[in-house]
Amino acid sequence: MIPAQFDYVRAESAEEAISLIGQHGDEAKFIAGGHSLLPLMKLRLAQPSVLVDIGRLSDLSYIREDGDHIAIGAMTRHMDVETSDVLKQHAPLLAHAAGHVGDPQVRHRGTIGGSIAHSDSASDLPATTLAMGATYVAKGPNGTREIAAGDFFEGFLTTALAPDEMLTEIRVPKMNGAGWSFQKFNRRAQDWAIVGVAAWRNGTESGVGLVNMDSVPVLATSVSAAIASGASIEDAAAEAAAQADPTGDLNASVEYRQHLARVLTKRALTIASS
Amino acid sequence: MEVSININGTQQTHDVEPRTLLVQYIREHAGLTGTNIGCDTSSCGACSIHLNGEAVKSCTILAAQADGEEIKTIEGMADADGTLHPMQQAFMENHGLQCGYCTPGMVMAATSLLDENPNPSEEDVRLGLEGNLCRCTGYHNIVKSVLAAASV
Repeated sequence: MIPAQFDYVRAESAEEAISLIGQHGDEAKFIAGGHSLLPLMKLRLAQPSVLVDIGRLSDLSYIREDGDHIAIGAMTRHMDVETSDVLKQHAPLLAHAAGHVGDPQVRHRGTIGGSIAHSDSASDLPATTLAMGATYVAKGPNGTREIAAGDFFEGFLTTALAPDEMLTEIRVPKMNGAGWSFQKFNRRAQDWAIVGVAAWRNGTESGVGLVNMDSVPVLATSVSAAIASGASIEDAAAEAAAQADPTGDLNASVEYRQHLARVLTKRALTIASS
Repeated sequence: MEVSININGTQQTHDVEPRTLLVQYIREHAGLTGTNIGCDTSSCGACSIHLNGEAVKSCTILAAQADGEEIKTIEGMADADGTLHPMQQAFMENHGLQCGYCTPGMVMAATSLLDENPNPSEEDVRLGLEGNLCRCTGYHNIVKSVLAAASV
């Protein structure tokens, strides 16, 4: 399958990329690793008339400590997130979840910024960073702004990013020794999760993100509220689907997805609590 | 647009449409048909090549994205005198292929895997090749081949 025709321009800087997107309007799209966008373009689910290639912006590929959080450049490849010693030490949940994205070839190309900006609720990293209380940094023609992960995902493949804004950085709080677990349920290696759960816990504090349980990644706040009030893991996990509105498909019915969310949340919290 | 790529040590320049996929560039413009197209949806790994030394799926990369970069395909693995790459030799000796369709992608993914993890366990190899499908289901001997190549 070959995408429909488009014009291709390569940006040499973030500023140039934003300016190019501004010139071309709604019909233009950024392309980073291309592993979310190109499959959609092949299927004609996306048909941008201009692609602005930001894949060479190597100054947006970094992972560094910054006070109480870790700053990750949007162009950082999944493989670099997975193998980062800084993340393994301070945010091991994210490093581990990145190792579950696609397969090694995909992780060599796909970027954390691309995955989050694409905001497929079936992808691993939007829900994981949401569970961790991440902040996303967006750059536009008038400067940068920070967007809390909880305010970022607005609908199916729709985010708070303006058309001429670019996601430049992901900030995740240091986990400070919190327990964690990432549970991904699928039928075949490398598949998207049928349901996934990213969870961390530090005493009465916790965060639980659900993969593929709605049109957006879901923060299971009822679970964390139950944990905070001293509920057992079993009782807290029973609330896992309370904020979710999943759809049924070939792989799982609505009821089965809700069941999976509860079971996987229980497993994740058990590991995160031990 | 002109896209210039170093393929197996030789610089090639071709005038292609922006929407040209890297695998098409390799097969149709550079004439190197060892790289196969399988699923065309970045699932099966038949089109795996090395881009700047790392295994990637060439069906999900635009040729334009690889402009100015270096790639290696299965044709670039053996020496000029025909001596097989140790991974190819290991696949031959361990019957690591049946129909052979997935083999170029398997060899490219496996060599990239050993670059990153020179002493993998059997589980490391199985996980490392999760992006490559063999519809003959000949995985057992493929894993055996990779482990054999790792021990060379």
